[in-house]
Amino acid sequence: MKKDQTLGETLRQQGVSRRSFLKFCATTASLMALPPSMIPVIAATLEKARRPSVIWLSFQECTGCTESITRSSSASIEDLIFNAISLDYHHTLQAASGSAAEEARDTAMQENHGKYILVVDGSIPAENNGYSTIAGISNVDMLKEAAAGAAAIVAVGSCSSFGGIPHANPNPTGAVSVSDLIKDKPIVNVPGCPPIPAVITGVLVQFLTFGLPELDHLGRPKAFYGQSIHDRCYRRPFYDKGLFADTFDDEGARKGWCLYKLGCKGPTTYNACATEKWNDGTSFPIQAGHPCLGCSEPDFWDAGSFYRSLSTPTENIGKTAIYAAAGGLLAGAIVGSALRGRKQSAVKAHQRVTIDDLDKES
Amino acid sequence: MTDAEFLLWVRGPAFNTALFIMLAGIVIRFLEILFLGRKTNLAEARGSEVAGGFRTILRRSVPDMDSFHRSGFTIIAGYVFHIGLFVVIFLFVPHILVFERTLGISWGGLPSNIVDATTVVTIVALLAVLVHRIKDPVMRMLSKFSDYLVWLVTILPLITGWMAFNRVGLSGATLIGVHILSVELLMILFPFTKLSHAFTLFLARWYNGAIAGYKGVQS
Repeated sequence: MKKDQTLGETLRQQGVSRRSFLKFCATTASLMALPPSMIPVIAATLEKARRPSVIWLSFQECTGCTESITRSSSASIEDLIFNAISLDYHHTLQAASGSAAEEARDTAMQENHGKYILVVDGSIPAENNGYSTIAGISNVDMLKEAAAGAAAIVAVGSCSSFGGIPHANPNPTGAVSVSDLIKDKPIVNVPGCPPIPAVITGVLVQFLTFGLPELDHLGRPKAFYGQSIHDRCYRRPFYDKGLFADTFDDEGARKGWCLYKLGCKGPTTYNACATEKWNDGTSFPIQAGHPCLGCSEPDFWDAGSFYRSLSTPTENIGKTAIYAAAGGLLAGAIVGSALRGRKQSAVKAHQRVTIDDLDKES
Repeated sequence: MTDAEFLLWVRGPAFNTALFIMLAGIVIRFLEILFLGRKTNLAEARGSEVAGGFRTILRRSVPDMDSFHRSGFTIIAGYVFHIGLFVVIFLFVPHILVFERTLGISWGGLPSNIVDATTVVTIVALLAVLVHRIKDPVMRMLSKFSDYLVWLVTILPLITGWMAFNRVGLSGATLIGVHILSVELLMILFPFTKLSHAFTLFLARWYNGAIAGYKGVQS
Protein backbone atom coordinates (compact mmCIF):
# COMPACT_ATOMS: atom_id res chain seq x y z
CA MET A 1 0.00 0.00 0.00
CA LYS A 2 1.59 3.25 -1.11
CA LYS A 3 1.83 6.03 1.42
CA ASP A 4 0.54 8.74 -0.92
CA GLN A 5 -2.50 6.80 -2.12
CA THR A 6 -5.86 8.47 -1.69
CA LEU A 7 -8.46 6.83 0.47
CA GLY A 8 -10.62 6.16 -2.60
CA GLU A 9 -7.80 4.35 -4.36
CA THR A 10 -7.06 2.27 -1.29
CA LEU A 11 -10.65 1.23 -0.84
CA ARG A 12 -11.01 0.25 -4.49
CA GLN A 13 -7.77 -1.72 -4.24
CA GLN A 14 -9.22 -3.61 -1.27
CA GLY A 15 -12.35 -4.46 -3.23
CA VAL A 16 -14.75 -2.13 -1.48
CA SER A 17 -17.57 -1.38 -3.89
CA ARG A 18 -18.77 2.13 -4.64
CA ARG A 19 -22.12 1.13 -3.20
CA SER A 20 -20.58 0.03 0.14
CA PHE A 21 -18.50 3.18 0.26
CA LEU A 22 -21.52 5.45 -0.29
CA LYS A 23 -23.47 3.46 2.27
CA PHE A 24 -20.69 4.11 4.74
CA CYS A 25 -20.77 7.83 3.85
CA ALA A 26 -24.55 7.88 4.35
CA THR A 27 -24.21 6.19 7.74
CA THR A 28 -21.52 8.65 8.75
CA ALA A 29 -23.68 11.58 7.64
CA SER A 30 -26.61 10.34 9.68
CA LEU A 31 -24.32 9.70 12.67
CA MET A 32 -23.25 13.32 12.47
CA ALA A 33 -26.88 14.42 12.00
CA LEU A 34 -26.08 15.92 8.61
CA PRO A 35 -28.63 16.30 5.79
CA PRO A 36 -28.52 13.76 2.90
CA SER A 37 -27.17 16.52 0.65
CA MET A 38 -23.89 16.23 2.55
CA ILE A 39 -23.34 12.57 1.60
CA PRO A 40 -21.73 13.37 -1.79
CA VAL A 41 -19.54 15.96 -0.08
CA ILE A 42 -18.32 13.39 2.42
CA ALA A 43 -17.77 10.84 -0.36
CA ALA A 44 -15.89 13.28 -2.58
CA THR A 45 -13.70 14.56 0.24
CA LEU A 46 -12.93 11.11 1.58
CA GLU A 47 -12.08 9.79 -1.87
CA LYS A 48 -9.50 12.49 -2.36
CA ALA A 49 -8.15 12.35 1.17
CA ARG A 50 -4.57 11.19 1.48
CA ARG A 51 -4.14 8.38 3.92
CA PRO A 52 -3.07 10.23 6.97
CA SER A 53 -0.39 8.83 9.21
CA VAL A 54 -1.81 7.87 12.57
CA ILE A 55 0.35 7.29 15.62
CA TRP A 56 -1.51 5.56 18.41
CA LEU A 57 0.03 5.84 21.86
CA SER A 58 -1.20 3.69 24.73
CA PHE A 59 -0.39 4.78 28.25
CA GLN A 60 -2.09 3.78 31.52
CA GLU A 61 -4.92 1.85 29.92
CA CYS A 62 -6.54 -1.57 29.83
CA THR A 63 -6.54 -2.02 26.04
CA GLY A 64 -10.33 -1.94 26.19
CA CYS A 65 -10.43 0.92 23.69
CA THR A 66 -8.37 -1.05 21.19
CA GLU A 67 -10.45 -4.15 21.88
CA SER A 68 -13.54 -2.09 21.20
CA ILE A 69 -12.38 -1.20 17.70
CA THR A 70 -10.86 -4.50 16.73
CA ARG A 71 -13.79 -6.55 17.94
CA SER A 72 -16.44 -4.22 16.60
CA SER A 73 -17.33 -6.74 13.90
CA SER A 74 -15.58 -8.84 11.32
CA ALA A 75 -14.31 -6.94 8.33
CA SER A 76 -16.78 -4.10 8.55
CA ILE A 77 -16.46 -1.06 6.36
CA GLU A 78 -15.29 0.77 9.45
CA ASP A 79 -12.40 -1.66 9.77
CA LEU A 80 -11.44 -1.03 6.17
CA ILE A 81 -11.51 2.69 6.63
CA PHE A 82 -9.36 2.14 9.65
CA ASN A 83 -6.97 -0.04 7.66
CA ALA A 84 -6.90 2.62 5.02
CA ILE A 85 -5.46 5.00 7.51
CA SER A 86 -1.75 4.55 7.77
CA LEU A 87 -1.55 3.30 11.31
CA ASP A 88 2.17 3.65 11.80
CA TYR A 89 2.45 2.85 15.48
CA HIS A 90 0.17 0.93 17.80
CA HIS A 91 1.55 -1.34 20.56
CA THR A 92 -1.16 -3.92 20.36
CA LEU A 93 -1.78 -4.06 16.63
CA GLN A 94 1.68 -3.61 15.13
CA ALA A 95 3.79 -6.60 14.19
CA ALA A 96 7.07 -4.95 15.08
CA SER A 97 8.30 -4.90 18.63
CA GLY A 98 11.14 -3.46 20.67
CA SER A 99 13.45 -0.98 19.00
CA ALA A 100 11.95 -1.71 15.56
CA ALA A 101 8.58 -0.50 16.79
CA GLU A 102 10.06 2.65 18.27
CA GLU A 103 11.93 3.27 15.04
CA ALA A 104 8.66 3.05 13.13
CA ARG A 105 7.23 5.72 15.44
CA ASP A 106 10.27 7.97 15.00
CA THR A 107 10.19 7.57 11.22
CA ALA A 108 6.48 8.29 11.00
CA MET A 109 6.88 11.36 13.17
CA GLN A 110 9.75 12.71 11.09
CA GLU A 111 8.20 11.95 7.69
CA ASN A 112 4.81 13.40 8.57
CA HIS A 113 5.86 16.14 10.92
CA GLY A 114 3.01 18.58 11.47
CA LYS A 115 0.56 16.36 9.55
CA TYR A 116 -0.02 13.15 11.47
CA ILE A 117 -2.92 12.42 13.75
CA LEU A 118 -1.95 11.41 17.24
CA VAL A 119 -4.38 9.04 18.92
CA VAL A 120 -3.91 8.48 22.63
CA ASP A 121 -5.60 5.99 24.90
CA GLY A 122 -4.83 5.73 28.60
CA SER A 123 -4.02 8.38 31.16
CA ILE A 124 -0.58 9.79 31.87
CA PRO A 125 1.05 9.47 35.31
CA ALA A 126 2.15 12.94 36.30
CA GLU A 127 3.21 12.06 39.85
CA ASN A 128 6.21 9.92 38.98
CA ASN A 129 7.49 9.22 35.47
CA GLY A 130 8.52 5.72 36.54
CA TYR A 131 4.96 4.51 36.93
CA SER A 132 4.60 3.90 33.20
CA THR A 133 7.30 3.80 30.55
CA ILE A 134 7.59 2.50 27.01
CA ALA A 135 11.06 1.55 25.73
CA GLY A 136 12.47 3.42 28.69
CA ILE A 137 10.66 6.62 27.73
CA SER A 138 8.21 8.02 30.25
CA ASN A 139 4.61 8.55 29.14
CA VAL A 140 4.86 12.29 29.71
CA ASP A 141 7.97 12.61 27.52
CA MET A 142 6.58 10.39 24.78
CA LEU A 143 3.31 12.32 24.68
CA LYS A 144 5.02 15.70 24.57
CA GLU A 145 7.42 14.58 21.85
CA ALA A 146 4.66 13.04 19.70
CA ALA A 147 2.27 15.93 20.28
CA ALA A 148 4.81 18.47 19.10
CA GLY A 149 4.58 17.27 15.48
CA ALA A 150 0.91 16.30 15.42
CA ALA A 151 -1.75 18.08 13.37
CA ALA A 152 -4.33 17.14 15.99
CA ILE A 153 -4.74 14.79 18.89
CA VAL A 154 -7.63 12.40 19.37
CA ALA A 155 -7.93 11.26 22.98
CA VAL A 156 -9.69 7.91 22.74
CA GLY A 157 -11.39 6.65 25.87
CA SER A 158 -12.18 8.24 29.21
CA CYS A 159 -8.64 7.75 30.56
CA SER A 160 -6.91 9.92 27.96
CA SER A 161 -9.89 12.31 27.80
CA PHE A 162 -10.42 12.89 31.53
CA GLY A 163 -8.02 10.65 33.47
CA GLY A 164 -10.57 7.85 33.72
CA ILE A 165 -10.18 4.96 36.15
CA PRO A 166 -6.46 5.57 36.91
CA HIS A 167 -7.51 9.10 37.92
CA ALA A 168 -10.12 7.71 40.36
CA ASN A 169 -9.69 8.50 44.02
CA PRO A 170 -7.02 8.20 45.48
CA ASN A 171 -5.29 8.44 42.08
CA PRO A 172 -2.02 6.80 43.21
CA THR A 173 -0.11 7.61 40.01
CA GLY A 174 -1.30 11.20 39.74
CA ALA A 175 -2.98 10.26 36.45
CA VAL A 176 -3.98 13.14 34.20
CA SER A 177 -5.62 13.52 30.80
CA VAL A 178 -3.98 14.55 27.53
CA SER A 179 -5.56 18.00 27.73
CA ASP A 180 -4.04 18.49 31.18
CA LEU A 181 -0.57 18.29 29.65
CA ILE A 182 -0.91 19.49 26.06
CA LYS A 183 -2.24 22.99 25.61
CA ASP A 184 -1.05 24.06 22.16
CA LYS A 185 -2.70 21.45 19.90
CA PRO A 186 -6.29 20.83 18.92
CA ILE A 187 -7.53 17.92 21.05
CA VAL A 188 -10.67 15.94 20.35
CA ASN A 189 -11.89 13.89 23.31
CA VAL A 190 -13.67 10.65 22.44
CA PRO A 191 -14.52 9.41 25.93
CA GLY A 192 -16.23 6.19 26.90
CA CYS A 193 -15.08 3.10 28.72
CA PRO A 194 -14.59 2.10 25.98
CA PRO A 195 -15.95 4.46 23.29
CA ILE A 196 -18.29 3.12 20.64
CA PRO A 197 -16.18 1.87 17.68
CA ALA A 198 -18.27 3.72 15.11
CA VAL A 199 -17.81 6.91 17.09
CA ILE A 200 -14.01 6.57 17.02
CA THR A 201 -13.96 5.98 13.25
CA GLY A 202 -16.72 8.58 12.85
CA VAL A 203 -14.55 11.20 14.52
CA LEU A 204 -11.64 10.33 12.24
CA VAL A 205 -13.89 10.55 9.18
CA GLN A 206 -15.27 13.83 10.38
CA PHE A 207 -11.71 15.10 10.83
CA LEU A 208 -10.71 13.98 7.32
CA THR A 209 -13.87 15.41 5.74
CA PHE A 210 -14.56 18.65 7.52
CA GLY A 211 -11.46 19.21 9.62
CA LEU A 212 -11.78 19.62 13.36
CA PRO A 213 -15.29 18.81 14.51
CA GLU A 214 -17.39 21.14 16.62
CA LEU A 215 -16.70 20.31 20.25
CA ASP A 216 -18.69 20.66 23.45
CA HIS A 217 -17.38 22.18 26.69
CA LEU A 218 -15.54 18.94 27.49
CA GLY A 219 -13.85 18.78 24.10
CA ARG A 220 -16.16 16.05 22.75
CA PRO A 221 -17.50 16.14 19.17
CA LYS A 222 -21.04 17.46 19.37
CA ALA A 223 -22.10 15.19 16.51
CA PHE A 224 -21.70 12.14 18.77
CA TYR A 225 -21.87 13.57 22.27
CA GLY A 226 -24.50 16.25 21.67
CA GLN A 227 -27.38 14.42 23.30
CA SER A 228 -27.76 12.67 26.59
CA ILE A 229 -28.50 8.98 26.98
CA HIS A 230 -31.65 9.96 28.90
CA ASP A 231 -33.03 12.11 26.08
CA ARG A 232 -32.56 9.38 23.48
CA CYS A 233 -33.33 6.40 25.71
CA TYR A 234 -36.12 4.13 24.51
CA ARG A 235 -37.12 3.74 28.20
CA ARG A 236 -37.65 7.50 28.57
CA PRO A 237 -41.47 7.23 28.25
CA PHE A 238 -41.46 5.11 31.43
CA TYR A 239 -39.55 7.84 33.27
CA ASP A 240 -42.17 10.35 32.13
CA LYS A 241 -44.98 8.07 33.23
CA GLY A 242 -43.35 7.48 36.62
CA LEU A 243 -42.82 3.76 35.99
CA PHE A 244 -39.56 2.53 37.48
CA ALA A 245 -37.81 -0.75 38.22
CA ASP A 246 -37.11 -0.92 41.97
CA THR A 247 -34.81 -3.93 41.82
CA PHE A 248 -33.10 -5.92 39.10
CA ASP A 249 -35.65 -8.71 39.19
CA ASP A 250 -39.00 -7.10 39.97
CA GLU A 251 -41.95 -6.67 37.66
CA GLY A 252 -40.69 -3.25 36.54
CA ALA A 253 -37.33 -4.72 35.54
CA ARG A 254 -39.02 -7.52 33.59
CA LYS A 255 -41.31 -5.05 31.84
CA GLY A 256 -38.34 -2.90 30.87
CA TRP A 257 -39.27 0.19 32.89
CA CYS A 258 -36.94 3.10 33.62
CA LEU A 259 -33.78 2.30 35.62
CA TYR A 260 -33.45 5.73 37.29
CA LYS A 261 -34.09 4.31 40.78
CA LEU A 262 -31.33 1.76 40.25
CA GLY A 263 -28.82 4.54 39.74
CA CYS A 264 -28.97 5.17 35.98
CA LYS A 265 -26.66 8.05 35.03
CA GLY A 266 -28.41 8.56 31.67
CA PRO A 267 -29.63 12.08 32.52
CA THR A 268 -26.07 13.35 33.04
CA THR A 269 -24.30 11.27 30.41
CA TYR A 270 -23.65 12.43 26.87
CA ASN A 271 -22.86 9.68 24.39
CA ALA A 272 -24.30 7.93 21.35
CA CYS A 273 -25.01 4.56 23.04
CA ALA A 274 -28.80 4.96 22.93
CA THR A 275 -28.80 5.68 19.20
CA GLU A 276 -25.69 4.04 17.77
CA LYS A 277 -25.71 1.10 20.20
CA TRP A 278 -23.04 -1.60 20.48
CA ASN A 279 -22.08 -4.78 18.65
CA ASP A 280 -23.36 -3.61 15.29
CA GLY A 281 -26.41 -1.91 16.69
CA THR A 282 -27.48 -4.91 18.76
CA SER A 283 -27.99 -3.38 22.17
CA PHE A 284 -26.60 -1.06 24.83
CA PRO A 285 -26.37 -1.37 28.64
CA ILE A 286 -29.84 0.01 29.42
CA GLN A 287 -31.40 -2.26 26.81
CA ALA A 288 -29.63 -5.16 28.54
CA GLY A 289 -31.29 -4.13 31.81
CA HIS A 290 -28.42 -2.33 33.51
CA PRO A 291 -28.34 1.36 34.42
CA CYS A 292 -25.95 3.62 32.52
CA LEU A 293 -22.70 4.08 34.49
CA GLY A 294 -21.95 7.41 32.85
CA CYS A 295 -18.58 6.16 31.56
CA SER A 296 -18.14 8.96 29.03
CA GLU A 297 -18.28 11.65 31.73
CA PRO A 298 -15.35 12.91 33.82
CA ASP A 299 -14.82 11.16 37.19
CA PHE A 300 -17.56 8.63 36.53
CA TRP A 301 -15.83 6.21 38.87
CA ASP A 302 -16.12 8.60 41.82
CA ALA A 303 -19.60 9.98 41.07
CA GLY A 304 -21.23 8.21 44.00
CA SER A 305 -22.35 4.61 43.78
CA PHE A 306 -23.25 3.24 40.35
CA TYR A 307 -26.47 2.00 41.95
CA ARG A 308 -27.48 5.15 43.81
CA SER A 309 -29.89 7.40 41.95
CA LEU A 310 -28.70 10.77 40.77
CA SER A 311 -31.02 12.85 42.93
CA THR A 312 -29.91 11.38 46.25
CA PRO A 313 -27.18 12.58 48.64
CA THR A 314 -23.86 10.80 48.41
CA GLU A 315 -22.71 11.09 52.03
CA ASN A 316 -23.79 9.62 55.36
CA ILE A 317 -26.85 11.61 56.41
CA GLY A 318 -27.39 9.85 59.75
CA LYS A 319 -24.25 11.31 61.31
CA THR A 320 -25.11 14.79 60.04
CA ALA A 321 -28.56 14.55 61.58
CA ILE A 322 -27.18 13.47 64.97
CA TYR A 323 -24.56 16.24 65.01
CA ALA A 324 -27.16 18.79 63.89
CA ALA A 325 -29.58 17.73 66.63
CA ALA A 326 -26.83 17.83 69.27
CA GLY A 327 -25.50 21.17 68.06
CA GLY A 328 -29.02 22.56 67.79
CA LEU A 329 -29.92 21.46 71.30
CA LEU A 330 -26.81 23.07 72.74
CA ALA A 331 -27.14 26.33 70.79
CA GLY A 332 -30.91 26.37 71.35
CA ALA A 333 -30.45 25.94 75.10
CA ILE A 334 -27.99 28.84 75.20
CA VAL A 335 -30.12 31.14 73.03
CA GLY A 336 -33.33 30.05 74.81
CA SER A 337 -31.84 30.67 78.25
CA ALA A 338 -30.64 34.11 77.19
CA LEU A 339 -34.13 34.97 75.93
CA ARG A 340 -35.68 33.61 79.09
CA GLY A 341 -33.29 35.74 81.14
CA ARG A 342 -34.26 38.83 79.16
CA LYS A 343 -37.91 38.06 79.70
CA GLN A 344 -37.43 37.61 83.43
CA SER A 345 -35.45 40.83 83.83
CA ALA A 346 -38.14 42.64 81.83
CA VAL A 347 -40.74 41.26 84.25
CA LYS A 348 -38.64 42.41 87.20
CA ALA A 349 -38.09 45.85 85.71
CA HIS A 350 -41.79 46.25 85.13
CA GLN A 351 -43.17 49.09 87.25
CA ARG A 352 -46.72 48.71 88.41
CA VAL A 353 -48.97 51.73 88.27
CA THR A 354 -51.52 51.97 91.04
CA ILE A 355 -54.70 54.05 91.32
CA ASP A 356 -52.88 56.23 93.78
CA ASP A 357 -50.15 56.89 91.24
CA LEU A 358 -52.77 58.02 88.76
CA ASP A 359 -54.44 60.26 91.29
CA LYS A 360 -51.22 62.02 92.07
CA GLU A 361 -51.06 65.49 90.68
CA SER A 362 -48.11 65.96 88.53
CA MET B 1 -14.67 22.47 38.53
CA THR B 2 -16.36 20.34 35.88
CA ASP B 3 -20.13 19.94 35.93
CA ALA B 4 -19.67 16.38 37.23
CA GLU B 5 -17.56 17.65 40.14
CA PHE B 6 -20.14 20.38 40.80
CA LEU B 7 -22.94 17.81 40.95
CA LEU B 8 -20.88 15.65 43.33
CA TRP B 9 -20.22 18.65 45.54
CA VAL B 10 -23.88 19.67 45.78
CA ARG B 11 -24.93 16.05 46.46
CA GLY B 12 -22.16 15.58 49.03
CA PRO B 13 -20.57 18.28 51.23
CA ALA B 14 -23.02 21.04 50.24
CA PHE B 15 -26.07 18.89 50.99
CA ASN B 16 -24.59 17.80 54.31
CA THR B 17 -23.88 21.41 55.30
CA ALA B 18 -27.34 22.59 54.28
CA LEU B 19 -28.97 19.69 56.13
CA PHE B 20 -26.92 20.41 59.25
CA ILE B 21 -27.87 24.10 59.23
CA MET B 22 -31.54 23.33 58.59
CA LEU B 23 -31.88 20.68 61.29
CA ALA B 24 -29.86 22.59 63.89
CA GLY B 25 -31.80 25.75 62.99
CA ILE B 26 -35.16 24.03 63.47
CA VAL B 27 -34.09 22.72 66.89
CA ILE B 28 -32.82 26.17 67.91
CA ARG B 29 -36.03 27.90 66.81
CA PHE B 30 -38.20 25.37 68.68
CA LEU B 31 -36.12 25.72 71.84
CA GLU B 32 -36.31 29.53 71.58
CA ILE B 33 -40.09 29.34 71.64
CA LEU B 34 -40.30 26.63 74.29
CA PHE B 35 -37.78 28.27 76.64
CA LEU B 36 -39.84 31.46 76.70
CA GLY B 37 -42.68 29.43 78.16
CA ARG B 38 -46.13 30.79 78.92
CA LYS B 39 -47.54 32.65 81.83
CA THR B 40 -49.32 30.43 84.33
CA ASN B 41 -53.05 30.90 84.02
CA LEU B 42 -54.41 31.23 87.58
CA ALA B 43 -58.04 31.09 86.49
CA GLU B 44 -59.98 27.86 86.80
CA ALA B 45 -60.05 25.84 83.56
CA ARG B 46 -63.40 25.89 81.77
CA GLY B 47 -62.47 23.47 79.04
CA SER B 48 -59.73 21.27 77.62
CA GLU B 49 -56.48 22.81 76.36
CA VAL B 50 -55.73 19.67 74.33
CA ALA B 51 -59.08 19.60 72.49
CA GLY B 52 -58.90 23.34 71.77
CA GLY B 53 -55.28 23.07 70.65
CA PHE B 54 -55.87 20.27 68.15
CA ARG B 55 -59.09 21.86 66.95
CA THR B 56 -57.34 25.10 66.08
CA ILE B 57 -54.44 23.35 64.37
CA LEU B 58 -56.97 21.86 61.93
CA ARG B 59 -59.54 24.68 61.91
CA ARG B 60 -57.06 27.38 60.82
CA SER B 61 -56.43 25.55 57.57
CA VAL B 62 -60.02 26.18 56.48
CA PRO B 63 -60.70 29.81 55.65
CA ASP B 64 -63.93 31.30 56.95
CA MET B 65 -66.26 33.04 54.54
CA ASP B 66 -65.46 36.49 55.90
CA SER B 67 -61.76 36.12 55.19
CA PHE B 68 -62.55 34.58 51.84
CA HIS B 69 -64.65 37.59 50.80
CA ARG B 70 -61.99 40.01 51.95
CA SER B 71 -58.92 38.30 50.51
CA GLY B 72 -60.11 35.60 48.16
CA PHE B 73 -57.13 35.97 45.84
CA THR B 74 -54.55 35.53 48.60
CA ILE B 75 -56.35 32.43 49.86
CA ILE B 76 -56.82 30.78 46.46
CA ALA B 77 -53.33 31.59 45.20
CA GLY B 78 -51.91 30.56 48.56
CA TYR B 79 -53.69 27.23 48.47
CA VAL B 80 -52.66 26.60 44.87
CA PHE B 81 -48.97 27.11 45.48
CA HIS B 82 -48.95 25.30 48.82
CA ILE B 83 -50.68 22.23 47.37
CA GLY B 84 -48.46 22.58 44.30
CA LEU B 85 -45.35 22.60 46.49
CA PHE B 86 -46.62 19.53 48.33
CA VAL B 87 -47.15 17.62 45.06
CA VAL B 88 -43.84 18.71 43.59
CA ILE B 89 -41.76 18.06 46.70
CA PHE B 90 -43.37 14.88 47.97
CA LEU B 91 -44.86 13.13 44.93
CA PHE B 92 -42.06 13.33 42.35
CA VAL B 93 -40.24 9.99 42.27
CA PRO B 94 -36.62 11.33 42.23
CA HIS B 95 -37.57 13.44 45.31
CA ILE B 96 -39.12 10.46 47.09
CA LEU B 97 -35.78 8.70 46.60
CA VAL B 98 -34.10 11.52 48.58
CA PHE B 99 -36.56 11.01 51.46
CA GLU B 100 -36.06 7.26 51.24
CA ARG B 101 -32.32 7.75 51.56
CA THR B 102 -32.50 10.35 54.35
CA LEU B 103 -35.51 9.15 56.35
CA GLY B 104 -35.66 5.51 55.33
CA ILE B 105 -39.33 5.70 54.32
CA SER B 106 -40.83 5.65 50.87
CA TRP B 107 -44.20 6.08 49.22
CA GLY B 108 -45.73 6.07 45.75
CA GLY B 109 -45.24 8.98 43.37
CA LEU B 110 -47.21 10.58 40.56
CA PRO B 111 -46.38 10.35 36.84
CA SER B 112 -43.57 12.80 36.16
CA ASN B 113 -45.62 14.69 33.54
CA ILE B 114 -48.30 15.52 36.11
CA VAL B 115 -45.66 16.83 38.49
CA ASP B 116 -44.21 18.83 35.59
CA ALA B 117 -47.57 20.47 34.92
CA THR B 118 -48.10 21.11 38.65
CA THR B 119 -44.72 22.85 38.77
CA VAL B 120 -45.82 25.28 36.06
CA VAL B 121 -49.10 26.00 37.90
CA THR B 122 -47.17 26.55 41.14
CA ILE B 123 -44.72 28.93 39.46
CA VAL B 124 -47.63 30.90 37.97
CA ALA B 125 -49.33 31.09 41.38
CA LEU B 126 -46.11 32.32 43.00
CA LEU B 127 -45.67 34.95 40.29
CA ALA B 128 -49.28 36.04 40.87
CA VAL B 129 -48.74 36.47 44.62
CA LEU B 130 -45.61 38.52 43.92
CA VAL B 131 -47.51 40.82 41.56
CA HIS B 132 -50.24 41.11 44.19
CA ARG B 133 -47.67 41.92 46.86
CA ILE B 134 -46.15 44.66 44.75
CA LYS B 135 -49.43 46.13 43.45
CA ASP B 136 -51.40 46.14 46.68
CA PRO B 137 -50.35 49.28 48.60
CA VAL B 138 -50.88 47.73 52.04
CA MET B 139 -49.03 44.53 51.14
CA ARG B 140 -46.23 46.56 49.61
CA MET B 141 -45.89 48.66 52.75
CA LEU B 142 -45.81 45.59 54.97
CA SER B 143 -43.23 43.78 52.84
CA LYS B 144 -39.61 43.76 53.83
CA PHE B 145 -36.51 42.55 52.03
CA SER B 146 -36.80 39.18 53.73
CA ASP B 147 -40.29 38.66 52.25
CA TYR B 148 -38.94 39.03 48.73
CA LEU B 149 -35.94 36.85 49.60
CA VAL B 150 -38.23 34.11 50.88
CA TRP B 151 -40.29 34.34 47.70
CA LEU B 152 -37.14 34.06 45.60
CA VAL B 153 -35.71 31.02 47.39
CA THR B 154 -39.11 29.32 47.10
CA ILE B 155 -39.56 29.88 43.38
CA LEU B 156 -35.91 29.16 42.45
CA PRO B 157 -36.04 25.39 43.13
CA LEU B 158 -39.29 25.23 41.12
CA ILE B 159 -37.77 27.00 38.14
CA THR B 160 -34.47 25.11 38.26
CA GLY B 161 -36.33 21.83 38.82
CA TRP B 162 -38.57 22.49 35.83
CA MET B 163 -35.47 23.32 33.76
CA ALA B 164 -33.71 20.16 34.93
CA PHE B 165 -36.71 17.96 34.11
CA ASN B 166 -37.24 19.57 30.72
CA ARG B 167 -33.49 19.83 30.17
CA VAL B 168 -33.43 23.46 29.14
CA GLY B 169 -30.11 24.98 28.14
CA LEU B 170 -27.23 23.65 30.23
CA SER B 171 -25.84 20.14 30.55
CA GLY B 172 -27.76 17.49 32.49
CA ALA B 173 -25.32 17.44 35.41
CA THR B 174 -25.25 21.25 35.69
CA LEU B 175 -29.05 21.49 35.59
CA ILE B 176 -29.50 18.91 38.34
CA GLY B 177 -26.62 20.46 40.30
CA VAL B 178 -28.07 23.97 40.10
CA HIS B 179 -31.48 22.61 41.13
CA ILE B 180 -30.07 20.82 44.18
CA LEU B 181 -28.04 23.92 45.08
CA SER B 182 -31.17 26.09 44.95
CA VAL B 183 -32.89 23.62 47.28
CA GLU B 184 -29.90 23.82 49.63
CA LEU B 185 -30.25 27.60 49.70
CA LEU B 186 -33.88 27.12 50.68
CA MET B 187 -32.87 24.59 53.36
CA ILE B 188 -30.33 26.99 54.86
CA LEU B 189 -32.75 29.93 55.03
CA PHE B 190 -35.69 27.75 56.06
CA PRO B 191 -35.39 27.96 59.89
CA PHE B 192 -34.27 31.60 60.01
CA THR B 193 -36.90 33.30 57.86
CA LYS B 194 -40.69 33.32 57.60
CA LEU B 195 -40.34 29.95 55.90
CA SER B 196 -40.11 28.57 59.44
CA HIS B 197 -43.92 28.84 59.54
CA ALA B 198 -43.85 25.36 58.00
CA PHE B 199 -43.02 23.98 61.45
CA THR B 200 -43.88 26.83 63.88
CA LEU B 201 -47.47 27.04 62.65
CA PHE B 202 -48.40 23.97 64.63
CA LEU B 203 -46.99 25.43 67.82
CA ALA B 204 -48.57 28.84 67.23
CA ARG B 205 -51.96 27.39 66.44
CA TRP B 206 -51.69 25.06 69.40
CA TYR B 207 -51.02 27.98 71.77
CA ASN B 208 -53.98 29.95 70.40
CA GLY B 209 -56.29 26.96 70.52
CA ALA B 210 -55.13 25.85 73.97
CA ILE B 211 -55.67 29.34 75.46
CA ALA B 212 -59.19 29.45 74.03
CA GLY B 213 -59.82 25.85 75.07
CA TYR B 214 -58.76 26.61 78.65
CA LYS B 215 -61.22 29.48 78.72
CA GLY B 216 -63.93 27.26 77.29
CA VAL B 217 -64.40 29.32 74.15
CA GLN B 218 -63.96 28.51 70.45
CA SER B 219 -60.95 29.84 68.65
